[in-house]
Amino acid sequence: MAKLNPEQIKYILATDCGSTTTKAILIEFKDGEYRLTTRGEAPTTVEAPIEDVTRGVLNAVTELAELSGRKLIDENDRIITPANGNDGVDIYISTSSAGGGLQMMVAGVVRSMTAESAERAALGAGAIVMDVIASNDKRLPHEQIERIRHLRPDMILLAGGIDGGSITHVVELGELIAAADPRPRLGSSYKLPVIYAGNASAQDAIKDTLGDKVDLKITPNLRPVLERENLIPAREEIHNLFLEHVMAQAPGYSKLMDWADAPIMPTPGAVGNIIKTIADIHNIEAVGVDIGGATTDIFSVFRPDGDEGVFNRTVSANLGMSYSISNVFKEAGMKNVMRWVPFNMDERDLRNRIKNKMIRPTTIPQSMEELVFEQALAREALRLAFKQHKSFATQLKGVQQQRTIADAFSQEGSGKSLVNMMSLNMLIGSGGVLSHAPRRNQCAAMMIDSFQPEGITQLAVDSIFMMPQLGVLSEVHPTAATEVFEKDCLIHLGTCVAPVGELKKAGGDVMQYSITMPDGSTEAGTLKHGDMKLFDVGIGSDSLGIKVKATLEPARTLDIGAGKGVKMETTLTGGVVGIVLDGRGRPFTISEDEEKRVADLQRWNEALDVYPKGALIHSYAQPENVVA
Amino acid sequence: MALAYAPGLTVTDRQLVKTKRILPLKGDVLVKVGDRVKPDDVVARTMLPGPVEPMNIANRLGLPPEDVEAAMLKKAGDTVKKGEVVASVKNFFFFTSDCESKIDGTLESISAVTGQALFRGAPRPVEVKAYIDGEVIEVLPEEGVVIATWGGHLQGIFGIGGETSGLLKRAVASRKDDLKPEDITDDMKGHVIIGGARVTADAIQQAIKVGVAAIITGGLDDQDLRNLLGYDLGVAITGKETIGVTLVVTEGFGSISMAERSFDLLCSKEGQLACVNGATQIRAGVIRPEVIIPTEGDVHADDERAGYEQGGMDIGSPLRVIRHPYFGRIGKVVSLPSPLTVLESGSHARVVEIQFDDDNNKAVVPRANVELIES
Repeated sequence: MAKLNPEQIKYILATDCGSTTTKAILIEFKDGEYRLTTRGEAPTTVEAPIEDVTRGVLNAVTELAELSGRKLIDENDRIITPANGNDGVDIYISTSSAGGGLQMMVAGVVRSMTAESAERAALGAGAIVMDVIASNDKRLPHEQIERIRHLRPDMILLAGGIDGGSITHVVELGELIAAADPRPRLGSSYKLPVIYAGNASAQDAIKDTLGDKVDLKITPNLRPVLERENLIPAREEIHNLFLEHVMAQAPGYSKLMDWADAPIMPTPGAVGNIIKTIADIHNIEAVGVDIGGATTDIFSVFRPDGDEGVFNRTVSANLGMSYSISNVFKEAGMKNVMRWVPFNMDERDLRNRIKNKMIRPTTIPQSMEELVFEQALAREALRLAFKQHKSFATQLKGVQQQRTIADAFSQEGSGKSLVNMMSLNMLIGSGGVLSHAPRRNQCAAMMIDSFQPEGITQLAVDSIFMMPQLGVLSEVHPTAATEVFEKDCLIHLGTCVAPVGELKKAGGDVMQYSITMPDGSTEAGTLKHGDMKLFDVGIGSDSLGIKVKATLEPARTLDIGAGKGVKMETTLTGGVVGIVLDGRGRPFTISEDEEKRVADLQRWNEALDVYPKGALIHSYAQPENVVA
Repeated sequence: MALAYAPGLTVTDRQLVKTKRILPLKGDVLVKVGDRVKPDDVVARTMLPGPVEPMNIANRLGLPPEDVEAAMLKKAGDTVKKGEVVASVKNFFFFTSDCESKIDGTLESISAVTGQALFRGAPRPVEVKAYIDGEVIEVLPEEGVVIATWGGHLQGIFGIGGETSGLLKRAVASRKDDLKPEDITDDMKGHVIIGGARVTADAIQQAIKVGVAAIITGGLDDQDLRNLLGYDLGVAITGKETIGVTLVVTEGFGSISMAERSFDLLCSKEGQLACVNGATQIRAGVIRPEVIIPTEGDVHADDERAGYEQGGMDIGSPLRVIRHPYFGRIGKVVSLPSPLTVLESGSHARVVEIQFDDDNNKAVVPRANVELIES
């Protein structure tokens, strides 16, 4: 691997080997800054007949070379490093989710404590968690053994007990794993890796129980005391084993690992990395979402105690826009999906359409009606995924808390969600339905409706999903990763301002506002309850949102971040959509009255310029499909 | 003749079909290369380790875990019978407390840390059948075999239910007809029946009642699928359903005529054995349901279709639209504009201009929303 001084790195090549497509980007240092200059892609080649991931990488890089005019591959089909004149790059890095990504099972003694900490460690490392086994998960031991045996994970993470505590329960879990004799998903020539990250006092007993049956790795306890998690050592071990076993089993990966100048990361792990890096650099709270065809990943960094950011990632395994679209409909229910659709659709026809999308996942909406319906499903997928994230991203459970008299009335126990929508600074969307929405305003509307940001929140979207490559780049060159992330990766949509609280009178005044527009003019007025307004504050020549001064004064019972009724002099950031004032309240509900619901949707649509005028007025009731 | 099928889906009158029959764990292969096999012949067998029954002896006898070993009447590796006393301890006044095995099997381990004993039940046999009528062309030692046959091969777009076989029998007059309960008669027991546009829920129930092995249909209503399964299918991963019949859908959800090529192929093979699997997995590593109709032929001969690749879309190519608003309609390519075109939805996409066969009207459709039809 090249050991270069970051200052000497002028050309960076990064690839992301996805399940279907391998995406390559070229980053160059020009005029004192790192910018994305070219991107290319090619089908991933891990399946028959080619069965060599590097072929897809070379194809994607070849496209990049043709577009950029740089020679990137030598006569021996190797990526040229380091750069020399018009040839090669200084570093090459990659991420991968091909072959189903990293699939893990985790086990811990108490479901809401050590098992949850283990789950957090696995998710943070970029894994899909197939199941969580816990001593108190209400399954009988023989059922747990059957489950462990039935699953074929890439590895198991076993935790349990605080250091120095009882060893019985965690050893019992070890015995269940030993009895199940689990096999790895890929390859039969090696033992299944099991990482033990539980009570240090139980390490010897765990070695006796599991040592002969599995490839046992021991790391420091991920929950050494109840009040603290120590997830990094377990995450690092997961990453090492991912490279040693999972990647090594996938066709062509040994060659790819040899080419890369930094360890290959699982794609979601890399996305988490860049979001955490950005949040830390700017000392902000951020939520990132990646809604794919099969799954939806949510990443968050919140700072409950002010300084240190707490990172969480969740994967909603069956919430997605193609393979899992039928499951979104099933989980959300027809009523919840249809509340976003301002026209009638026949249920039988609708159900068939959803299933047809599921079995032919690559089709795209042609008509406005199909687009509106697909975006309604996306709102529900995002809402459900975020709900799961909120219930998982919590303070540590089982921790004793000192309480004052006032706390005693609040009824809040340990395990309170870390997700605080009022203090959230930035919401970042990615994935086809958001990134490729025909209008950016649609992307902003979907994110506002499903996440319901509170107070002042910036919105952005990853235009071409290069967060994975930037995530691994942030490990070797944080400056380059950050510059490209902000200037080329993110499309700044603007800012949403949403007062929170109860309004005494429906239809009353929510907020007085005064915004100094980029041309020096002032937009001032009153935001009424149930209304939305959009102000055209765009982006500057540096691709970042233009900042404008604003005075915002919420009604006495409402809050935009400074307290109920407290006036705020602030700076708002524009974007390709602009500044959105959302007076619908939080949480906002959609009217049950059909006429009002449709009228509201059309009003919000017009205010945010989501769909073309008149597109939603007529009913799309279709005759039953008749085929020749 | 207009023949429709989704890209990548096979609809062929004759090709060399190979199928791997693999055990879940290593075991014994019961056939050798060159053997002729029938669908129900067992080709490999293994013993799946029995279920594990944990029992916390320490808790039951009120002992510290480290004292459990001394109380055991059996040691690791010993066989045990259900109800047999495996551990015993004397209490005050010479009363004894006993632990009895809950299963027939062996005592696998005793833990001095947890006081837990693990009993393993008798191994369960797992057999792999041939599934198709063919010849064993390769033995994978301890793992399974590869079986080959020449035959008709049709892949569906979606299916439910596992492997089965039976003689093909046509149940509708036309590929445009729905398959109704009255079309399914008692003589169809054990058969693989050929439907047309859509199979109704009543017809599926009738097929189950009669004992039909499998139904091949153009379309199916999702509402009927939900009623049949008793739950809403969230993701297309199927094959384990045990509803009493295997179902292969060739076109999609809704009332959609079976493609002419598929219908004609199946009808031309009426009376022949068809091996059917409804298993579907629409994820990376996609699996589609299939119908194999074995015929005679030298399985060692070269298949001219091997490596065959479907041609690209061209002016005059027949197409089927696979998404609304023209879902299911058939036509021919009129033009293939190169630049990205703005759709009604506002998306930019590469499109194809089609003239429909039924009314000669023209429409512009995203290329992602059409399937090529072979002629």
